[in-house]
Amino acid sequence: MGGVVTTFFAILFTVATLVLVVGLGLRIARYARTPAPLKIPTTPAPLTRPGVAFRLAREAVGFESLFRANKPLWIFAALFHFGLAVVLIRHARYFETEVGPLVALVQPLALYAGLAMVAGLTLLLARRVMIERIRYITGRSDILMLLLLLGIGTTGLAMNGLVHTDIVAVKAFFTGLLGLEIRPLPADPLLVVHLLLVAALMLVFPFSKLLHAPGLFFSPTRNQTDNPREHRHLCDWAAKLEDRKS
Amino acid sequence: MAAPFDTPVLGDVTERGIPALKAGAMAGSKPYVAAAAHQEPLGFPGVLEDGWEKKAIGHMGELLGKYRSLQVFMDICVKCGACTDKCHFFLGTSDPKNMPVARADLFRSVYRRYFTAAGKLAPGLVGAREMNKETLDEWFNYFHQCSQCRRCSVFCPYGIDTAEISMAARDIMDAIGQGQKYCNEIIGKVHRIGNNLGLPPPALLDTLEGLEEDMEADTGVAVKMPIDVHGAEVLLVTPSADFFAEPHVLGLIGYAKVFHAAGTSWTLSTKASEAGNFGMFIGNYEQMRKISLRIREAALELGVKRIIFGECGHAWRVAYSFLNTLAGPWDFLDPRYPVPQHILEFTNDLISRKGIKLDKSGNDGMVLTVHDSCNVARGARMGDKPGGQFTIPRDVIRASVPKFVDMHPDTICDKTFCCGGGGGLLTDELIELRVKGSVPRMEALKAVVEQDGVTHMAAMCAICKAQFTKILPYFGHDREMVVSVHQLVSNAIVLGDND
Repeated sequence: MGGVVTTFFAILFTVATLVLVVGLGLRIARYARTPAPLKIPTTPAPLTRPGVAFRLAREAVGFESLFRANKPLWIFAALFHFGLAVVLIRHARYFETEVGPLVALVQPLALYAGLAMVAGLTLLLARRVMIERIRYITGRSDILMLLLLLGIGTTGLAMNGLVHTDIVAVKAFFTGLLGLEIRPLPADPLLVVHLLLVAALMLVFPFSKLLHAPGLFFSPTRNQTDNPREHRHLCDWAAKLEDRKS
Repeated sequence: MAAPFDTPVLGDVTERGIPALKAGAMAGSKPYVAAAAHQEPLGFPGVLEDGWEKKAIGHMGELLGKYRSLQVFMDICVKCGACTDKCHFFLGTSDPKNMPVARADLFRSVYRRYFTAAGKLAPGLVGAREMNKETLDEWFNYFHQCSQCRRCSVFCPYGIDTAEISMAARDIMDAIGQGQKYCNEIIGKVHRIGNNLGLPPPALLDTLEGLEEDMEADTGVAVKMPIDVHGAEVLLVTPSADFFAEPHVLGLIGYAKVFHAAGTSWTLSTKASEAGNFGMFIGNYEQMRKISLRIREAALELGVKRIIFGECGHAWRVAYSFLNTLAGPWDFLDPRYPVPQHILEFTNDLISRKGIKLDKSGNDGMVLTVHDSCNVARGARMGDKPGGQFTIPRDVIRASVPKFVDMHPDTICDKTFCCGGGGGLLTDELIELRVKGSVPRMEALKAVVEQDGVTHMAAMCAICKAQFTKILPYFGHDREMVVSVHQLVSNAIVLGDND
C-alpha cells in the first residue's frame, strides 16, 4: 500500500512540476513574444525604466492599485497572499537538506501565516457569496479555485496542529525526488489529500487565472515608460506597414 | 430609436453609492449599424456575410498575436471585482454588464471557448461561449456602452484596460461587416474631406474670415486665423468642432489670441483640418495611422517647425502617445520642442515666462472648476513631469479667472469620470446612455455648485464640450456652463501690448 502511494506521488509530482514549468514557460514566452504596438501606460506613469521597476514592485508587493480601489478587498488579498508567501518559504525546508537563513527567519511566523492565509481565503470566498456584484461576476472556476486553496491550507494546518505526519519522511521523499531517487512517503490521509490538492494547483496554474502572477509584469499599462515623444516606439509588424507604399 | 427615459436623480458625491444590479437595464441600448456605404470606403465588408463567425474568430486570433495587451488581459483577470464600482456607465445605469469585468467577459468568454484548453474541455466551468448572432448582438450593444476612458485600468491590480478590449471587439465587428455608423461615417469624411464634420476647404476659409472680422470688432486688434500658410513656425491641428460649435470656437479664438500676443507665426491646414482620430475608437491601427499621416504630409508641405494640438482629449492621446509611432520620426521639425505639443503647454509656458499678460477681470463673476478629460488624464501627459496633464490646465485656468475650485478628489485627475460621450458614443441614438453615464460627473459638479458657488466648468476636449452642452440642461444647468480652457484665456488676455 505504502509503495503504491509513494510511486503514485513520485510520478504525480514529476508530471505536475513539468506541466507547471513548461506550461508557464510557454505562456510567459508567448507574452514576451507578442508585440505591444502602442504606448499605453496608464498615466501618470514613470518616465524611466527604474521608475517602471518601482511601479511594478509596488503593484506586486503592495498591491497599490487594489489599495486605491477597495480597502477591504486589499486587506483580504494581503492576508491571503502574504500568508501564502511565508508558508511557501517555510516549505522550502522539505526540499533542502540544510535549512536556509530565510526559512529559519520565517519559522516562528509560519503558523500565523497559515492561519492568515486560510482567514484571507475564507473572507474572499464570503464576499463572492455575499456581495451582489461580486456574485454576478463569479464563475464556478472562481469558487473552485478558492476551495482548492482552502483545502490545501486547512489540511496543512491540520497536520501542523492536530494530526501530525512524519515530516522527516516527507522531507526525505521530496529531497529524494529532486535527486531522482524514490524514498517512501507516509500514507497519512491528510498528507495524501494535501499533496493531491497541491499537485492539482500546479497542474492548473498555467491554464488558469493564476497567470495573473507572471502576467502583471507583462501588462503594458503598468510596464511601459511614459516617453513616447522622446523615443519612437515601433514594433515589427507596424514597421512593415511603413515599407509598403502608403 | 431613442425611447423616452427618466433623467436620473443625482445622489451625494461624498457617499459614493453603488447601485443594486438591474440586469438587462441597458440591453436595448445600441448605436446604428454602419451601412455598406460607411463600411466599404474603409475596406470593411458592407454587411455580415455567411461564415462571419469563423472570420471573427480568425480575426480575434490575429489580434491576440499582434497586441500583448489583449493577450495578457484575456488571461490574467482574477474576477476580484475591484473594477466593478468604477465605471460611470455602471454607476449611471445599474446594468451589471457595464461593470468592466463583465464587459470584458463578453470577449473573454469567446476567447476561452476557442483559444484555451479549459474552454474547449469544460466550457461550462470557465464560462466559455460560442460566437453566434446572440453573442455578436450583445457585443455590439455593450462594447458601444464603453467610452474607452480607462478608469477601470487605474484601479485594476494588473492594469487591465477595458478600452483595449472594447477596441479589439469593435475591430473584429468591423472586420466581419457589423461596424458602427457614427464612427465609420466620420472616418470616411476625414479621408474624403479632411475633417470629422465634413467642412470643405472653402467653407473653412469662409468661417475663419468671419472669425477674424468678429475678433477685430470685439477687440480692435487684427488677430489672424491663418490657414495653409507656407513657412509658418507652428502648424496648429485642432478638432474641427473648434471651427463652429460653441464653446469650442471660443477656445479657437483663444489660441489665435495667444499666438498673436506671443508673436508666433502659425497656420491651420485644410489637409489636416482635424485633430480627432476616430481610428482609435474602432481599434484599427491602419485607420489610425492613415489619419495621422495627413498631419505629417501637411507639416512637410507647409514647411512648419513645430506642431501644436488644440484642446481635444482622444486627439491628444493619439498625438502624445501614438503620433511618433504612427507618423514619425519627426526629425524634420525643430528639435528644441517636443513633437507634438499641446496648446496648453504652449500657453502655460508663455504665462510662466510672462510672454503674455492675463487680466483676470476679463472673467469677472465666474467661479471655475475643471473636468479632467479621460484621455488626457489617463492616456497622455503634458509638460515634463508625470501629472503635468493635471497641473498645467489648472495653472492656466487659475491665471485667467478670479476663483477656481476642484471637484471631489475621487472624481478628478486620474480618477476623473468620463463625460459620458467619449469613445465614439457622441451620437443622438445613444442619448439615454450618455445622460446616465454623465451622472457621476454631474453629482460631483452639483456639490461644488452648491458649496462653492461654481458657475462654470472648463473642459479641454471637443467631445466633452459637445457632450456637456447637450447633457447639462437635463440636470437643470445652462448649456453654456461648460467653457473651453482657452475661452477663459481669450477673455483674460491683454492684446496689443507686446513689449
